[in-house]
Amino acid sequence: MSNLLDLLVAGLATGAIYALVAVGFTLLWQTSQTINFAQGEFVMLPAFLMLAVMHAGAPFWLAVILGILLSLLLLGLGFKLLLVDPMLRHGVLPLAIATMALAIGMKEAVKQFFSAEASPFPSIVPAGDVSILGRVVSLQSLGVLALAIAVVIGLTLLLNRTSIGHQMQATAQNPTVARIIGVPVERMILLTFLINAFLVALASLLITPIYLAKFSSGEVLGQAAFIAAIVGGFNQVRGAIAGGLLIGVVDNLAAAYVSTQYRAAVPLALLIIIILFRPQGLLGRPEERTV
Amino acid sequence: MRSRIFAGLLLAAVSAGAAFAQGGPIKLADVAELSGGGATVGNNWKNGIDLAIEEINAKGGLLGRKLEVTHADSQSNPGVARAQVQKALDNEPYVLLGPGYSGSVKVTSPLAAEAGIAQIMGGEAAELTQGGNKFLFRTSFGQQSSMPKVAKYIHDELKAKSVAIVWVNNDFGKGGRDVITKEFAKYNIKIAADISTEAGQADFAADVSKIKAAAPDAVFIYLNEEESARILKELKRQAITVPLVGETTLVGQKVVELAGDAANGARGHVGLTTDAPVDLVKAFREKFVKKYNYVPDHNGLKGYLAIYMIKATTEKMGKVDAKRFADTLHGLTIKAASEPGILMDVTFDEKGDIDRQGFLVEIVEGKQVVKQVLPKLN
Repeated sequence: MSNLLDLLVAGLATGAIYALVAVGFTLLWQTSQTINFAQGEFVMLPAFLMLAVMHAGAPFWLAVILGILLSLLLLGLGFKLLLVDPMLRHGVLPLAIATMALAIGMKEAVKQFFSAEASPFPSIVPAGDVSILGRVVSLQSLGVLALAIAVVIGLTLLLNRTSIGHQMQATAQNPTVARIIGVPVERMILLTFLINAFLVALASLLITPIYLAKFSSGEVLGQAAFIAAIVGGFNQVRGAIAGGLLIGVVDNLAAAYVSTQYRAAVPLALLIIIILFRPQGLLGRPEERTV
Repeated sequence: MRSRIFAGLLLAAVSAGAAFAQGGPIKLADVAELSGGGATVGNNWKNGIDLAIEEINAKGGLLGRKLEVTHADSQSNPGVARAQVQKALDNEPYVLLGPGYSGSVKVTSPLAAEAGIAQIMGGEAAELTQGGNKFLFRTSFGQQSSMPKVAKYIHDELKAKSVAIVWVNNDFGKGGRDVITKEFAKYNIKIAADISTEAGQADFAADVSKIKAAAPDAVFIYLNEEESARILKELKRQAITVPLVGETTLVGQKVVELAGDAANGARGHVGLTTDAPVDLVKAFREKFVKKYNYVPDHNGLKGYLAIYMIKATTEKMGKVDAKRFADTLHGLTIKAASEPGILMDVTFDEKGDIDRQGFLVEIVEGKQVVKQVLPKLN
């Protein structure tokens, strides 16, 4: 039982990070029909941006701030203007393939500039343990979980309780009508890209101390977050959150109670079951498209 | 008259070509893990090779000829390694260097043996030198040499009655796990948990939870460097306080750099360490740091030693003879007094395994501290 509790805490901590990345997936899909297959690499890059700033002699806190700003610039504004806008007019599929190419380009560029070896990355949560209900739990697990949950709550409040959030939702649901009623659709779409860039930068900050900074570290994360978004519901932010947490927990339980070799297969099996029996995802809503 | 001039020119050209071949560079081929999960292994190995070659060439080369090496990337993938080795052998190198991963050595060694080219590699899986391959040579201890020392340490010094084993599911990890399990049985040490992990695994939370549930007296960790660092961090995160014991890959420089504080207290047997209390090793470390600006792990030493193995063997033969190289190296003892580049006295047996002094180390405040020197057997 105590082992199960440990697994749940660890799974939720990882799942919360998956949720951050998965939320970005769903936001981009909803507002601009962008399926970003480079989302994992988007999580990998900010850590290297922060490391580059630190190598230049800056303290960690400054590297974090500059890393997040650079992420907003490159992965938010740059991504939208240089790749999404020119490619989207050719359809969803060419854009999806372009993001795959971007993922490869980002990995190779990081490998070229930083080497193929892993690098250590400082943690924003201090080391140490606390005792909860007689169990020793690390501050890092709790910190990651708390920060990720705080961001998800903040994002949910932004979307549901603010005027900007309502405008973003209107843009996502029907951009034509939103434009007619005066919503600055283009600005809302750009805001979505910036929010995604912020989420991946935060995920990078939380996961890299555990996974280490490595050019290939986005592969696992991108896949996990993509599965999480589909399982939870690609068209609902709350679905992506639930999917992220679920995949984190399922992955850990599978590693402990099934086998390490098959741990990667269990979330995929879950994905297949969801696609077969509830294609809109656990919390998603059915979408119909006409041709 | 014209035909005589032509014949004379032809003869001169052939003679010049022969003379060039005689005095041309000695070509070596290296296939290593320059990217992928084993990038730490491969890049240290490569840098060690380059440093040794630079030194030898600066002193006039080997038997008056320059050494020249080509590096190919196996991408830490045995399939790619095999293709790269095949390509390297097509260019008829004097000696093949690498790979470092046991799985890659396993699939490439038959190719080198078939070509009759000696292969000096970094793999440590016990089975590599058990198959009668007469062309394969180690640069470090095989698991059959190191694991008995680790098991003895866990039994005699730590007095552990139960141990959790965490191993990576590849040829290297499985080989080590099989040998240490037999050694534990000799000491009646119970296996509290037998945990297999995947190469390149990022998340060790579930594995450490299993260790926690098993409550062993000690944990034996046998993973590659990056994974070792990740599990050490996770063990610290989940507040596991029992002794953590491993082999070279648990207490290497790269692991210490990646794991930070979490590496403190980890112990292990290492065949090669730049912290060894040996003057020649200290001098090597200084040269390496000066050239590359970082402290190498044991793979840097392995690459460096591989080149000096070639130098000592070739000088013993008195000529560059690829066909006789392997026969000459079998049974050869190279003394550091006569060949300082070999750093420590070493003997190669008929299987290509080595006999050399080893070390028991512990990570204290981010540094390897040698606790015990284990002497050369013969």
